[in-house]
Amino acid sequence: MSNPGADSSLTIAVVYPDLLGTYGDGGNGLVLARRASWRGVGVRLVQANSGRPLPTADIYCIGGGEDGPGITAAKALRAEGTLQRAADNGAVVLGVCAGFQLLGHSFPDSADRSHAGLELLDVTTHKGTGRRAVGDLVAVPTPSAPRRAADQPLPPLIGFENHSGVTTVGPEARPVAQVVTGVGNGGGDGTEGAWSGRVFGTYLHGPVLARNTSLADLLLGWALSTSDGPVALEPLDDTDELALRGERMAAVERSGRSRVVRWFRGLRP
Amino acid sequence: MTAPTSSPPQVLPARASVAVKALQLSNWLSRALGRGSGTVAGGRVGLALDPALLATLANGRRVALVSGTNGKTTTTRMLVAALSDEGGQPIASNDTGANMPAGHVAAMVESFGSPTAVLEVDEGYLGRVIEDTHPRVVVLLNLSRDQLDRISEVRMLAERWRAAMDGLRSPSGRTGPGTVVVANADDPMVAWAALAAPEVRWVGAGQVWHNDAVGCPACGGRIVFGDQGSWACDGCDFARPPCDAWIEGSVLVTADGSRHSLAIGLPGQFNRANAAMVAVAAPCMTDDGAPGGPGPRLSLPAVLDRIATLDQVQGRFASSMRNGHPVRLLLAKNPAGWVAIFDLLDESRPPDSPVVLSINARIADGLDTSWLWDVPFDRLAGRSVTATGDRRLDLAVRLHYAEVPCKVVPDPLAAVDRAIDMGSRGGVDSVPGADGGIDFLGNYTAFADFRKRI
Ligand SMILES: [Zn+2]
Repeated sequence: MSNPGADSSLTIAVVYPDLLGTYGDGGNGLVLARRASWRGVGVRLVQANSGRPLPTADIYCIGGGEDGPGITAAKALRAEGTLQRAADNGAVVLGVCAGFQLLGHSFPDSADRSHAGLELLDVTTHKGTGRRAVGDLVAVPTPSAPRRAADQPLPPLIGFENHSGVTTVGPEARPVAQVVTGVGNGGGDGTEGAWSGRVFGTYLHGPVLARNTSLADLLLGWALSTSDGPVALEPLDDTDELALRGERMAAVERSGRSRVVRWFRGLRP
Repeated sequence: MTAPTSSPPQVLPARASVAVKALQLSNWLSRALGRGSGTVAGGRVGLALDPALLATLANGRRVALVSGTNGKTTTTRMLVAALSDEGGQPIASNDTGANMPAGHVAAMVESFGSPTAVLEVDEGYLGRVIEDTHPRVVVLLNLSRDQLDRISEVRMLAERWRAAMDGLRSPSGRTGPGTVVVANADDPMVAWAALAAPEVRWVGAGQVWHNDAVGCPACGGRIVFGDQGSWACDGCDFARPPCDAWIEGSVLVTADGSRHSLAIGLPGQFNRANAAMVAVAAPCMTDDGAPGGPGPRLSLPAVLDRIATLDQVQGRFASSMRNGHPVRLLLAKNPAGWVAIFDLLDESRPPDSPVVLSINARIADGLDTSWLWDVPFDRLAGRSVTATGDRRLDLAVRLHYAEVPCKVVPDPLAAVDRAIDMGSRGGVDSVPGADGGIDFLGNYTAFADFRKRI
C-alpha cells in the first residue's frame, strides 16, 4: 500500500456535459474532484464539452441525456476514439443512465432504433415495453460487485432512476447489484448496473457518487492505484452524506415502493 | 355561505351551461368545506361534463396565452396589468397559477362577461389550449430542464410546441384575425418552435441558461453562442432570427431605433425580460390585424407605464416582516430559475447577506433532486446560508461539495429566525442586507408553504 503523495495528480473529465448533462450527473465529477483534493491529491476537473477533442484523463464521467444528444455523443466518441484508448490504458469510466447505455454494444432511441455504442462494457440495451422506470432505486451489491478491499464490500446503492431502457448484461461484464426497490437494468433478473475492469455503469442518478460515497472512493482508489497496488484513502467526514442516506432509506420504506411491501400488499387486495 | 346565484348567459349551449353550473357548485362546495379555492376541482368537474367547455367559453373572447419554463405567472400578471384599462371590464386570468385546462375553464367562468382572457399555460398543454381558445397572441418565453421525472425532456416539448405553431397555419373551423406569436429569439428551443408559426414578433429578451440548447433540434449539430447574444448552428442554417425588439442592459430597443427604459417595480434582469415580452405582446392584443386597419390602440411605452407599478406577483419578490426584519420571498423552481435569482441577489444585496434555502421534492416540485447539482451554489460563497425544507439534507450535501458552509434547520420559520439572528450579529451596521432584510429562496411547494406561514 502507498499513500497518494502531494505530487500525484488526477485529471477528471466530465464527458460532453453540454449533451449528457441533463440529469445532474455532472455532480459525479465534482464529488470525485472534491474527495481527492480534500485528501491532498492535486486535481484537474475538466468539463469536456462536445465539438472539441476529448482530453486525456484518469477518470471519465458520462451522464444521462436526451435521446438526440445521446446519439450525437456516441457518434462523436466512436469517431474520435480517445475514450476507448484511455479505457484500454486503464482509465476509470463511470457511465450513468444514457451514459451507461452508450458504454455497451448498442442502445435505443425513443423509437427503439438501435445505435452503436462504445463497446467498453458487454451490455446491450433495448427500449422497454412497460412504463418508464421513474423513482427511488435501492440495490444491494452482489458478491460479484467490485470492492475497495476484500473486507470492504460496497453498502447498498441508492439513487433515483428515470429511464425506459432494458439492459442485458453479457458474460464479459458482471452486474453490480440486486434491486430491492425500483427497476434497475429491467431485464427481469432484478439486477442493477454492470462493471468490468475499471468501467462501471449504473442507472442511479442523485448524483450516484454524492449518495454513495463508498462508490466514489472505490473509483478514486482505482484511479490512484499504482503498480505497487491500491492506495489507502484516508476517511473523510461524511456526516451529511450519511444523514441523507438514512433519510432516503427511511423515505423509500415509507413510500412502499419496496418489493417486499408491494408483495405483502398483493396478498391483501 | 350561500350557493352561487350567478348564471351563465343565454348564449351557452345546454351542455356547457350544465357544466358551468356544476363547476360553480363544486367551487362553492370546495370553499365551504375549506378545501382550498376550489378552482381546479371545479374546472375538472366542468370539463368532465363537457370536454368542449374551454372552447365554448373562449368563443368570442380575445385570448392571450403565456407559456415557458420560467416567468409564466409573472408575465401573465404583467400582461393583465397592461391590458386592464382596455374596455373597463375585468380580464379573465388564472392568476393563482392553475395553468392546465381545468384552471383555464375556472378562470373563464369567474370573469364571465369579460371579452379578454390572459391565460398562463403549462408547457405540455400549449397545443391543446391553442386549439381550444384560438388565441390572438401566444407568448413563448423560454424552455429549459424542469421536473424531469414528470415533465417531458426539453426537446420533446420543443417539438410539441413546434407542431402547435404549425397548427396555427390551418386553424380548424375558425374565422377572424390569425394568431401572433411573440417569441424569445435568444432561446434556440423557443425559436425552433416559433419558426413554424405563420406570424412571429421576435424579442431578444435574453437567456441566462444555455445548457439545454447546445444540440441543434434541426440537424443534431452544435449551437454556438456568440458574445452579443447571437447564436447559430454549426451544421445547418438554423440561427437567431432578426429581432423586432431586444434588450440592451435595462433598455428595450425596437427595430425602428427607439429606446425605452425597462425601469419596472419588479427586480432582476429576468423580470425586465418578461416586461419586454409583454411590451411587444400587449399592443398586438389591441390590434384587429385588419390590413390597412388602425393598428394597435395600445402603444409600447404605455404598456411599460402600466406594468411599472407592479411590485409583487403571488407573493413573489414581496417582503414580509418577521421580528422587525423584512424577509423577501423568492421562488426558483429549476436550474435556470436559480441562476436568475442568484443574479438578482448579486444585484440587490451585499455579498454577505444571509439567505435561507428551502427545498421540497413533492409531486409539484418533481420527485428527483438531482437538479440541485446543476445549480451553481458556489455563487453563494460568503453568505450565511441556512438549509431547510423537506429535502434539506440533499441540499446540505450539495452545498458541502460546493464548499459553501450551511446550517441545517428542519423548520423553515426557525431557519429564517436563525438567518435574521446571523445577519444581526454579522454585518458592520448590525443589520442584514441593504434594507435590513434577508432572502428566503424556495422551490415551488417550499415557497408556497412558507408564504402561508409567515
Ligand atoms: Zn443545425
